[in-house]
Amino acid sequence: MNIIIVGCGKVGQTLARQLSLEGNNITVIDSVAENVRAVTDKIDAMGVIGNGATHTVQRDAGIKKADLLIAVTGADELNILASIVAKRESECRTIARVRSHEYYTESPYLKEELGLAMVLNPELAAAEEIARVLRFPSAISIEPFAKGRVELVKFRLPKGCPIAGMTVREFVGNHRCDVLFCTVERGDEAHIVKGDFIFLENDVISIIAEPKQALEFSKLIGYKTRAVKDAIIVGGGEVTHYLCRALRRTGISLRVIERDKARAERLASEHDKITVVNADTADEEILAEEGIEEAGAFIALTDNDEENLILSLFAKQKSRGKLVTKINRIDYDDVIQRLSLDTVIYPKNIIADMIVRYARSVEGSRGGNIETLYSVIKGKIEAVEFIVRRGSEVAGVPLSMLKLRKGVLVAAIMRGRDLIIPRGHDIIEVGDAVIVVSEITGIRDIADILE
Amino acid sequence: MNFKMIRYTLGIILLFLSGFFAIPAVTAAVYAEWPSLLAFLGTAALTVALGVLMTYRRPKNTKLYARDGLVIVSLSWIVISLFGSLPFIFSGSITSFVDALFETVSGFTTTGASILPAVEDMPRSINLWRCFTHWVGGMGVLVFVMAILPLSGAENMYIMKAESPGPEVSKLVPRVKKTAIILYAIYIALTVVNVLLLLPEMPLYDAACTVFGTAGTGGFGIYNDSIAGFSPYVQIVVTVFMLIFSVNFNSYYLVLRARFKEAFTSEVITFICIVAAAIVIVTLNLYFGGIFTALGEALRHAAFTVSSLISTTGFAISNFNDWPTLSKTVLVSVMFIGACAGSTGGGFKVSRIVILFKGMTRELGAILRPRQIKKITVDRRPVDHEVVRSVNAYLVTYVLIFVFSVFLISFDNYDAGGYNEMVTNFTAVSAAFNNIGPGLEAVGPTQNFAFFSPFSKLVLIFDMLAGRLELFPMLLLFSPTTWKRSKI
Repeated sequence: MNIIIVGCGKVGQTLARQLSLEGNNITVIDSVAENVRAVTDKIDAMGVIGNGATHTVQRDAGIKKADLLIAVTGADELNILASIVAKRESECRTIARVRSHEYYTESPYLKEELGLAMVLNPELAAAEEIARVLRFPSAISIEPFAKGRVELVKFRLPKGCPIAGMTVREFVGNHRCDVLFCTVERGDEAHIVKGDFIFLENDVISIIAEPKQALEFSKLIGYKTRAVKDAIIVGGGEVTHYLCRALRRTGISLRVIERDKARAERLASEHDKITVVNADTADEEILAEEGIEEAGAFIALTDNDEENLILSLFAKQKSRGKLVTKINRIDYDDVIQRLSLDTVIYPKNIIADMIVRYARSVEGSRGGNIETLYSVIKGKIEAVEFIVRRGSEVAGVPLSMLKLRKGVLVAAIMRGRDLIIPRGHDIIEVGDAVIVVSEITGIRDIADILE
Repeated sequence: MNFKMIRYTLGIILLFLSGFFAIPAVTAAVYAEWPSLLAFLGTAALTVALGVLMTYRRPKNTKLYARDGLVIVSLSWIVISLFGSLPFIFSGSITSFVDALFETVSGFTTTGASILPAVEDMPRSINLWRCFTHWVGGMGVLVFVMAILPLSGAENMYIMKAESPGPEVSKLVPRVKKTAIILYAIYIALTVVNVLLLLPEMPLYDAACTVFGTAGTGGFGIYNDSIAGFSPYVQIVVTVFMLIFSVNFNSYYLVLRARFKEAFTSEVITFICIVAAAIVIVTLNLYFGGIFTALGEALRHAAFTVSSLISTTGFAISNFNDWPTLSKTVLVSVMFIGACAGSTGGGFKVSRIVILFKGMTRELGAILRPRQIKKITVDRRPVDHEVVRSVNAYLVTYVLIFVFSVFLISFDNYDAGGYNEMVTNFTAVSAAFNNIGPGLEAVGPTQNFAFFSPFSKLVLIFDMLAGRLELFPMLLLFSPTTWKRSKI
C-alpha cells in the first residue's frame, strides 16, 4: 500500500518504521527539514518537506496514488485539515490524530460528515489502558479482545509463586482453570509457550482468558488481588484528564499533583471530585506529604519521560502500590523493561498498533478482517483477532488437521458469548472470532496462519 | 565499522560482476576468440569462487551507518576494477598490471581515457568488455545490485547517495529498490532506442559498443579514429544521445509521469543554455577561423565536440587540439562544468554550479545590503543550508585534489614529443578527474595516456575514481578514523 504520513514526530517515526517493515511504501511529510531527514536516514521512505495540509505538498507526496493518509502532527487542526484536503483530491482513506477532547467528542461528525476513516486519540487510549490495569492491579497489561469478553493479560510471576518449577502441562493437569498460556519473556528471550515449558519466578507470562478466570489465575500464582482504592497521579495533562473521566464511577479516589497552576486550576474546575494539588514534585517531601507510601497506585503522567521514570523508581522504593509510568518519547525499551516498573504505557505504540491493524485489514480482507491487533512483545510476537468469513480455508476443519505455520498458536475461539480454549478436535466455524498469537509478524489474513 | 557486513556486501558485488562477464564471453565465443573466452571464463570462475566464499556466512548484525555505506561504495569500485582488469591480463591484451587497471578504472568510471595506442588490434570481445564497463559504471554497479536484490532499510539510501552524482540525491518513489529499478529501466530503454537508431548504419557489434560508450558517457571507441569514420547521421545520433544521457534521469521520470513543468528544472534549463551558447561560440569560431569552410560542417563538429566534452563522454570526430584558442578555452571550460546531477555524466555538475552562482550573488547582495535576509532558492524551493555548505566544501575539495594531482604528475619525466607539458598535465588530470577521457596536447583526442609513468597512472586512477564517486567516499578511505574499530 502507498501510505502518506503527515508529521514526523515520535508517533510519525514509529508508524513509518512499523508500516515500512510491513511492506508498505511510505512517504513522510513535515515542514521541518531535519525531522524529515531523521526519518529518511533511518527508514526506507520518501520525504517531502512542507505543510502537509496543503494541496501542493500532498500532490508532491503522491496523494493521488495513496491508499492511506495518516496525519499525526502536534496540531489537531492541522491533522483534521490535512485529512479533509486529502479526501478532496483522492480516494484514499484518512486517519487523523486528535488529542484535544473538544475535537475528539466530535469524532462521529468528523467520520460521517468529513469522511475520516479513523480518529485517533493516543491520550485517551493510554488513559483507557491505565484504567484497565487499575481495576486489576496484579496484571502488567490487559488487552481486551472480542469486545472485552476475553483478555490477554500479562503477569510477572511473583517471588514464592506456587507454580514456579511446574511445567505448563502439569499446571493444566492439576488446576481446573480455563486459561491459555501464550507467551513468556525471560531476560532477553521471548517465546510462545509450549507444553514442556517450566515456569520460573520473575518470568513475564501472558495468558488469554475471560476476565473472571484471569482474576482467578492471578490468585493462583500468588497475588492478593485487591482493587486499587486510591491513586496518586503526577502531571495534569490530557491523559490525566481522560483518566479522571474514566475512573469517575469506579470509586477510586484520585489525587493529582500538577506543577503548573493554570493547568491545575483547569483540571480542578473540570473534575470536582478529585483532589488537585499545585506543587512541584522535584521535591520528594511533597510526595511523602501527599501520601505516596500508603497510596494504592502511583501513576507518573508528566510530559517529561525522564521525570516519570525517576518518580516511579522513587515510588517503587517507598510503596508497595501499583506503579504506572507513561513514556512518550524516549526509546531504550530494554533498559526500561529491566527496571521492573509494573506497567509502562507507551502511547505511541498503542497508536501504532491501532493503525497497523487498520492498514492490514484494509489490505487483506479475503477470509477475515482483523478486529484487534496487539503486539505482545514488540516486533517479535503479536496477537491478532479475526472474524472468520464465509469461504475461509480454516473454517470447518478440525484444528489438528490444519497445517499451521511454525510459531503460530490458535489461542482462543469466541463463538457468540462462549470462549473456547481450542484443543485439536475443535473446529473453527464461520462467524467465529479467532485469536491467533504468532511469532510471525505481519499476518494480514487468517489464511496467513496456514503453511 | 561493520566489517563483516562490508565483506558480505563486497562478496555480493563480486557475484554480480561475474555475471557481467557473460556478455563479453558470449561475444568471444561468437567471434571464435578462444584466448579471450578462456580469460573471461577464468576471471568469472575466480570471481564467483571468491564471491561465494565472502557471502557464505551472512552476518548477524546487518546494521550499516553512513560511514559503512561510503566505505562499501568506494571499496566496491576498487574491487570491481581489480577484477575487471583480469581479462586484459589473462588474454594478454594488456601486459602491465597498472595499464590494465588504468584501462578498467577508466571504463567503469566512464572516463574513456585509454592507454591503448591501437584499439583496432584488440580482440572484439576485449573491446566489447571495455565498452561494457562504461555502461555498467554509468548508472552505477551498486544501484544495479539494489534494483535486483531484496534489500530493505534506509541504509541502502546511503549507498545510493554515495554512488549517484549530484549534491542532493532524492528518491523518485518511497522505496530505494523501486527507485533503482526505475532508473535502470529508463537507462535500458534509452540504450535500446539508441542501438535501434544506429543499426541501419552499422553492424550490431559496432552499434552496441558505441552505444555503451554513449550511454555511460564513457567514450572508449572501437576504432582508432573514435567516431570520425562513421557517417554524419551516426555522429548526429551520438551527439543527441550524449546530451540525453547527461540530463538528470529524474526529469525523464517526471516526463513519463506527465509532469512536464517539473521536469524542466532550472538545472536542465541551465544545462541546455550552456550547451547552446558553447556550440554557437565554437561554431562561429571554427567558421570564421577558417577551420571549416561550410557553416553546416562547422556546426556538426562543434556540436559533437561540445556535447562530447560537457557530457564528459570524450568521443571525437576531429582533432580539436588543432582548433583556435577560443574554441579550446570554451571546450576546457565545459569539461569542468560537466553534466547534470543524477545523470551518467561526470564533471562538477550543473546543479552545483547553479547553487554556487546563486550563493555568490547572495554574498554580493549581502555586501550591498548587510541587513537583508535572502535565502538561496532553486526551482522556487529554498535550498537547505546543509546543501549549500556541502557544495562549498565540495568546491574546495575539488580544487585541492585537482591541484595536488597536477603537482604529483609534474614529477613525471615523460617525453612529450614537442607537446606542451604543462597543458598536457593540466588537461590529463582534468580529463581523468571529470571522467571525460581526452584532454589537449599530448593527451589530445588522437593521443593516449600510455606514456605516463606507473606512478602518474595511479594518481590518475585515483582521480577517476574520486571524480566518479564525488570525492568524499574515496577520501574517506585515507582517513585513519574510518578504519578504527571503535566509533570515537
